[in-house]
Amino acid sequence: MYDSPNSEAKIGQKAIKISANKVQVYYGDTHAIKDVDVQIEDKTVTAFIGPSGCGKSTFLRCLNRMNDTIDICRVEGEILLDGEDIYDKRVDPVQLRAKVGMVFQKPNPFPKSIYDNIAYGPRIHGLARSKADLDDIVEKSLRRGAIWNEVKDRLHAPGTGLSGGQQQRLCIARAIATEPEVLLMDEPCSALDPIATGQVEELIDELRENFSVVIVTHSMQQAARVSQKTAFFHLGNLVEYGMTGQIFTNPNDPRTESYITGRIG
Amino acid sequence: MTDATNPAGAAPAPKHPSSLLAADVRTKRRNAAEARFKAYGLAAVGIGLIFLVALLFAIIRNGTPAFTQTFLTIPVELPEAKLDKNGNRDPADLSKVTTFGYAPLIEVAVARALEENGIDSPFEKQKDLRNLVSASAPAQLRDYVLQHPDDIGKTIEFRMLASSRVDGYLKGRVTRDSLARDKNLDAEHLDLVDQLQAAGLIKKQFNWAFIFGADASESRPEQAGIGVAMIGSFFMMLVVLALSLPIGVAASIYLEEFAPKNRWTDLIEVNISNLAAVPSIVFGILGLAVFIQFMHFPQSAPLVGGLVLTLMTLPTIIISTRASLKAVPPSIRDAALGVGASKMQAVFHHVLPLAMPGILTGTIIGLAQALGETAPLLLIGMVGFIASNAPDGIASGFLAPNSAMPAQIYEWAKRADPAYYERAWGGIIILLLFLMTMNIIAIILRRRFERRW
Repeated sequence: MYDSPNSEAKIGQKAIKISANKVQVYYGDTHAIKDVDVQIEDKTVTAFIGPSGCGKSTFLRCLNRMNDTIDICRVEGEILLDGEDIYDKRVDPVQLRAKVGMVFQKPNPFPKSIYDNIAYGPRIHGLARSKADLDDIVEKSLRRGAIWNEVKDRLHAPGTGLSGGQQQRLCIARAIATEPEVLLMDEPCSALDPIATGQVEELIDELRENFSVVIVTHSMQQAARVSQKTAFFHLGNLVEYGMTGQIFTNPNDPRTESYITGRIG
Repeated sequence: MTDATNPAGAAPAPKHPSSLLAADVRTKRRNAAEARFKAYGLAAVGIGLIFLVALLFAIIRNGTPAFTQTFLTIPVELPEAKLDKNGNRDPADLSKVTTFGYAPLIEVAVARALEENGIDSPFEKQKDLRNLVSASAPAQLRDYVLQHPDDIGKTIEFRMLASSRVDGYLKGRVTRDSLARDKNLDAEHLDLVDQLQAAGLIKKQFNWAFIFGADASESRPEQAGIGVAMIGSFFMMLVVLALSLPIGVAASIYLEEFAPKNRWTDLIEVNISNLAAVPSIVFGILGLAVFIQFMHFPQSAPLVGGLVLTLMTLPTIIISTRASLKAVPPSIRDAALGVGASKMQAVFHHVLPLAMPGILTGTIIGLAQALGETAPLLLIGMVGFIASNAPDGIASGFLAPNSAMPAQIYEWAKRADPAYYERAWGGIIILLLFLMTMNIIAIILRRRFERRW
């Protein structure tokens, strides 16, 4: 189910989806992200790990410009998605976010029916031409979100009535309903129990076939289980970025080693 | 250090009492403080309740008599010779007979009713009987005849208002002693009233005219009603709702969701909070200066009243709307933005529906506040005797001079005739019923639309 070292070797050749160069993020006077360079590959799960407050979530939110909603936040440097600078003045963040979907730490379904939760994105982006089309998209997304079997009989029940794990899978299904190319996940399992976590991790592994997935996690085991590449952040710096296997078994930087072995963090 | 204060060799005092079953001094003191605090709280609630009960009791006791009125129901002859000399029932001819022409008919009818029931009139002159009946009775009779010209020449059962002194006698407000220096009514009249009441001709009945009728002149309290003021209040509330809801909600959405947080928005925010605390009479004088003296809107018009009350209601609506927008969890906005909704879509599709119960509640509370506001209306001339009846159309509803319920109550309360006293209380009952209805609607809306997330 999870990766063999063999598949990891192949991934190294994949195309670059997102390329960040010299990214700086400031919150007011605080320099939160310093000089981060990272190349995120297509059809790969990339994990961001690091101690709390190290800037990994902040950096993740730069990738679909969710930081725009924070007034005091300022981003410098360039982040290229398929070679286009997403912080270019001509880029409408709305269009960007349709391409780069996001799943949040806390499950946040809309207080609407399960169906409407999924259908909302396709509706506002005009992805469905008819009701049947929309029904199709909803079913497909719920199936890909590995939650179809649990909710197919109550599509019009409120999404907030589901359990925490189901809600999070609903949110993932909602995020993929708009057919994004990159899926950002900000600690998607931190509010879930081990069983739900297992289901979501399995789901992430399947999503890899179609999307480039970037996941922020506090659990190093999770990073090791689901990701092919791992980036370790510390105090706003990207300390080390490489193959997951290499980072966890043979880190180059002493800070990475201390974190992985539990000495800092 | 602490050890040094102990006598050498003495065991240190144990930190906790030996038994959990006995409370130590500190615990006892703490529990006593808590019990005292609860008692204070209970006393405060009790005092509040006592005031509320006393208030309701006073309002209901003083106000309910206003809803009944004493009526005299007697046969009245409508002689053709006097009312329609030409005999052709031409409305133009009929209206030539003024109320003075009808007054003698009523005197005759009262005298005849006394006679038929075997009551001896102590008065020499028939004219003295007139004071039993309201001064409005001839006008009532005239209106009736103009509407039913076919009844001319017949004798009809006519129900007319008794005078306010007679009404007061039946309600216990007027006594024989209090009439000693009253030139309107004598003790002999009251003897007649007693006998007429025994004969079933004078009765207290529910008075719809109090709820739906127009105000009356100072000397005819029995005729006064709050209906026209109610219509004035209604048109004002329409203006307030139509202006303050969209302006208030749009302003708060902009300030809360779109506006950058800088010195200007801070300044606006502080000013909105300050406006909410401005005395309402200040808004009144502002309305007088701006709407009437500068813009030349008609005086005493519900349109102007509504505009002034809109100014007063806006801060309330903005503050409550912003509070309910703020209460929507940011995760909902993130979720909407995360699937690629624009900021406006996120607000209108997700945030606003969730904030709706709060917005509606705030709006209704604001409207209720505006409905009960008197002071600004004093300054724009919406208080006073409104001789006209109900406005005859929507335009005149907004533009014709009118009053409002609280202003009408104020007007009645300051009139000299004690009969107006009970009407003021009665008006308060009606006003409170409206306010209660609005608050109940607010509660129902909040329950209905409230959603969990």
